[in-house]
Amino acid sequence: MPHIDFKNDLPGIRSAMAFRPETAGPLNQLAQILLRDENGLSRADRELIATLVSYRNDCFYCHNSHGEIACIYLDGDRNLVNQVRQNFETAEISEKLKALLNIAAKVQNSGKDVNEADIERAKKHGASDVEIHDTVLIAAAFCMFNRYVDGLATYAPTEMDSYPVRAKQIAENGYGTHVYSQNQPK
Amino acid sequence: MPYIKLEEHLPGITGLLEYRQDSAAPIRELTQFLLRGPNTLTEGERELIATIVSSRNECKFCTAAHTAAADMLLGEQETSKKIKEDISTAPVTAKMKTLLTIAAQVQESGKSVTAESISKAKEAGATDIEIHDTVLIAALFCLYNRYVDGLATVTPTDPNFYQGLADRIVNNGYNRLKQGYDHLKK
Repeated sequence: MPHIDFKNDLPGIRSAMAFRPETAGPLNQLAQILLRDENGLSRADRELIATLVSYRNDCFYCHNSHGEIACIYLDGDRNLVNQVRQNFETAEISEKLKALLNIAAKVQNSGKDVNEADIERAKKHGASDVEIHDTVLIAAAFCMFNRYVDGLATYAPTEMDSYPVRAKQIAENGYGTHVYSQNQPK
Repeated sequence: MPYIKLEEHLPGITGLLEYRQDSAAPIRELTQFLLRGPNTLTEGERELIATIVSSRNECKFCTAAHTAAADMLLGEQETSKKIKEDISTAPVTAKMKTLLTIAAQVQESGKSVTAESISKAKEAGATDIEIHDTVLIAALFCLYNRYVDGLATVTPTDPNFYQGLADRIVNNGYNRLKQGYDHLKK
């Protein structure tokens, strides 16, 4: 049961956003900029970073939601998303993305864990400053989103077939207040 | 030295927010609403939440900045010091003790927030909005602290720097300065 009365029965972060629209606006704008921008990192790369951090924060709602969105951008390759969750170092992804996921995994634990060797590795494989910046900020943002979702004990659906449906909504329309103001996709 | 190229006259978070202004805009808006918007928690109380989370994340820049802001808003330096040492004996209201406890749990993980700590907050008179905002402020500072340390931004050692910064975030708030930050170049 959620820790507070959201006065709605929406799943996950959507219930908290509907409860407090004043903060939902900027939260959705931030997600839209960080996860939908196609400058530098691809949308799939961005969602994989979000998935890995959420998985390591043990946030069931977030890692399943963003894993499914990544899956759509990866033409349905759910196996690859699972490889990233389990061990990104052996996943079938570029060396650059591995280096960036390594930075994201450090940020998940603490910003102070990121060291010069981690940054050198990313730069050696062609990561730009903006890509490193976005990796750190996406990872940091999910340390916020995950805590928001679990810190208020929002409802995480256990019907796994509900996640691809909501993921399709995001892949088609992006992030925005529509995620809680419109009828939920079925 | 920061891991990416930032403007040298803007240490800590400011250089990052200027580096990518499009992602900074919703972060600033969210912070302005949560820490300065209309609320039943005072601005000083909300800065104490930012302070305890930054302190426990060992983010020196954010801890110094928000301690200085809290001190300026509260008109004394005792409370911010005491909450960092021991919430239970700090000179804050019973309600604030329960909210700072929730914030400290969020710092660790969203899943660390217990039903018991939520019950105690409600018994002490905390509203659902206050609990929501406490969780989201704590989560937001888990973003900030990782952003600032994950990119190895510069942490000034001169206490006067933080006095100036506190003056700005108390009197201007968290919005971007209309004139930008070029006037800070020495």
